[in-house]
Amino acid sequence: VSSMAAVGVSAKCLDSMGTVNSALATGRAFAGAPLTLRIVAECPVSKARACDLTLPHCTVNTPVFMPVGTQGTMKGITVDQLEALGCQICLGNTYHLGMRPGPELIKKANGLHGFMNWKRNLLTDSGGFQMVSLVELSVVTEEGVRFRSPYDGKEILLTPEESISIQNALGSDIMMQLDDVVSSTVTGPRVEEAMYRSIRWLDRCIKANKNPERQNLFAIIQGGLNADLRKKCLEEMTKRDVPGFAVGGLSGGEEKDDFWKMVTLSTDHLPRVKPRYLMGVGYATDLVVCVALGCDMFDCVFPTRTARFGSALVPWGSLQLKHKQFAKDFQPIDPNCECATCRRYSRAFLHALFKADTAALHHITVHNIAYQLSLMRSVRQSIVEQRFPQFVRSFMARMYNSKEDYPSWAVDALASVNITLD
Amino acid sequence: SACVMKLDVSRVVQGCRLGVLSQLGRNGDRSVEVPGCLLPTRCGSVPHLTHDTLRTLDSLPDATQLTLASLAEHQEVLEELKEGARKFAGLHDTVLYCSLHDPAAPCPAGYVTNKTVSVWGSGGRIELTPSRFMALQAAVKPDWYHSMADGDTRQPGTSRKRARKAVDRSLAFLDECLQLHHRSEELSKAEILGVVEGGDILEERVRSARETAKRPVAGFVLDGFQPCAMSAGVRHALLLAVTAELPDDKPRLLQGVGRPDEVLDCVRAGVDLFEGFFPYEVTERGCALSFSYDFQPDPEREVLERDGALKTEEEAGTREGDAEGRGPGSPFEMNLRDTRYREDLNPVRPGCSCYCCRSHSRAYVHHLLVTNELLAGVLLMLHNLHHYSRFFQALREALQVGRLDCLRRQVLQPCSSAPQGREEA
Repeated sequence: VSSMAAVGVSAKCLDSMGTVNSALATGRAFAGAPLTLRIVAECPVSKARACDLTLPHCTVNTPVFMPVGTQGTMKGITVDQLEALGCQICLGNTYHLGMRPGPELIKKANGLHGFMNWKRNLLTDSGGFQMVSLVELSVVTEEGVRFRSPYDGKEILLTPEESISIQNALGSDIMMQLDDVVSSTVTGPRVEEAMYRSIRWLDRCIKANKNPERQNLFAIIQGGLNADLRKKCLEEMTKRDVPGFAVGGLSGGEEKDDFWKMVTLSTDHLPRVKPRYLMGVGYATDLVVCVALGCDMFDCVFPTRTARFGSALVPWGSLQLKHKQFAKDFQPIDPNCECATCRRYSRAFLHALFKADTAALHHITVHNIAYQLSLMRSVRQSIVEQRFPQFVRSFMARMYNSKEDYPSWAVDALASVNITLD
Repeated sequence: SACVMKLDVSRVVQGCRLGVLSQLGRNGDRSVEVPGCLLPTRCGSVPHLTHDTLRTLDSLPDATQLTLASLAEHQEVLEELKEGARKFAGLHDTVLYCSLHDPAAPCPAGYVTNKTVSVWGSGGRIELTPSRFMALQAAVKPDWYHSMADGDTRQPGTSRKRARKAVDRSLAFLDECLQLHHRSEELSKAEILGVVEGGDILEERVRSARETAKRPVAGFVLDGFQPCAMSAGVRHALLLAVTAELPDDKPRLLQGVGRPDEVLDCVRAGVDLFEGFFPYEVTERGCALSFSYDFQPDPEREVLERDGALKTEEEAGTREGDAEGRGPGSPFEMNLRDTRYREDLNPVRPGCSCYCCRSHSRAYVHHLLVTNELLAGVLLMLHNLHHYSRFFQALREALQVGRLDCLRRQVLQPCSSAPQGREEA
């Protein structure tokens, strides 16, 4: 474990609530796993919690947003900039990296950490999601996912063993099991088949992991939008001694009312002492609500992708900096933001630069990552200080013009964990 | 305003001037060493870089080049801000020089008239009269800028008549700019440079230099010497004739020349300053500067290098496969897109102290290039700026210690292999 200091939790906060703290668990997820989860504070009202998740490269303060660096790079941001932003864990995509530059070279470069020179934690996905979403004509069988490489046309079979083998070569701190991904809008027997297959594939992944002492393998809860299937999946997967769990198969265009119910059902059945990762969630409101529902970790391409389209995230929504209205607006993106972009550059300059140079994208990307990370630090701080429900109320009031604009699913989801918004 | 900027030439070696331009900037407390290059920008921003990434470079050029081409479309915005391009673009503390064109962007011929010149911004062509040109400079507020000029003599076969017209127009533009300059409050602390034109016609070049030097200018911009306009031999002869007409105590900035061999050639003809577009162009073609500027090679190493003992197998291969391995660029750079670097875990240039070389491998940069990742431009720009800036530093040091020939030999030795494990100069 590196000397990385925990961000956001001062000793004073912990002392002032010693009674709460004494009841909290600290412990390894299971014997030998390179992961410990210390629950620093739990919200007395909702299911929100603040944890210190210690991984091989440093401790991660949760709730955490993990930016996505698909191809071994964070979209024009250097690893030093990412570290300066306070990022403790980011993602790499196994599918992309397995194709280019390939696991052999990355292994030779001392893993993805060495290849991209990132000193903190990495999480890699299984590659299955991209196969289904990016590659036409992929076929799922019990063996694995068969598809044609978009680069050289060769037929490739991605099995659970192969996915773990690539992720072992990448050397990520957290690996994800290969799951059978079906779109969250699909219903019927295919969802059930995928859920059971994901359980079988989890067992094959666990068996295939060559570095269980260095690399954590997370299970992914499937089951679509069907509560019974989700429960069955939870029941089976929590029997396995994995160091952490992800909630998968959501955030794929389903109704938000269905989405949050599946999330809260999952956290109800997941063990308290293990980290919970909600995949593909990154909008600010979704993050705050899903923290209330008990999730610890999140990832999404949205903040970095939207930056490249000129959209800067702010506590009251977003600013489309390409719009003419910002041409003479000499304020920073967010006057209260302390990121490198807001300390130096105005909306007007970014508007002008957008047409001239890629540095404009880098400035907005830096800001958007800073926004996501600082949002999560504020969330954590409020949990530690036992004022999370108040935080949620002021967050919502700032994000939306009026109570009428609050998304009803968010109001319902928060009410389900005793946070009322009036 | 009287010219405050001061050039002290401490040494002249084989025609090369070593010196310091001082009393520059708002408070007159900045200086620029010559021979030197400028930091390139687009819309006031060093291409690909943010303040944080730029800050990783320990040796930046002393002065930064802005271009009206990329700022003209923002005139109203700058006028409303009232604090100039430095504040607008959040630039670091640097001397600002403002040119008309962007040397790294195309500039179509045939758009200069007796009353106007044109620049091309992101929204298309913008036509500038001398008064609009000066209003723009007043909005940009550079520390130095050059007067409006007719540099439209770059096409091969430009006639004597056209060259004469370019000189006449440029002198007329200069007189108009000088008048407006002296009346301008915003530009009271700025220095104006005159532009020497004349295509490849010797008499016109001499006339342009002589006439420009009669005006109260702080220095000279030598325009129309782009490699596309004339051969190196013609350029050298013309530059010698031009600089012979110019006063010794004022700086000469050459536009459109940036290749290291050409820089060395032009410095010998009395040029002091160069634009910084070359490292940017190298970056844009996915290449990294890799020429040696080590003017004090370790004698033992020299012997070993001659014997090929220090070359890795792959570097020897580089030499054989030169043509296809080098790809689109000059012999001073390596093409990191080339598949030979796919598994090469060495730094881009072993021994280089730039952020890219300290942090990443050739294989990583190759990967970023083939996957079209934005970080490729960032890392290559950092390396290329560092390398180019260090080259100029080495040039000044070589002049100081009388080893210019040694430096020239190193630079001209085409794409010499990198000395392993030490920073040059």
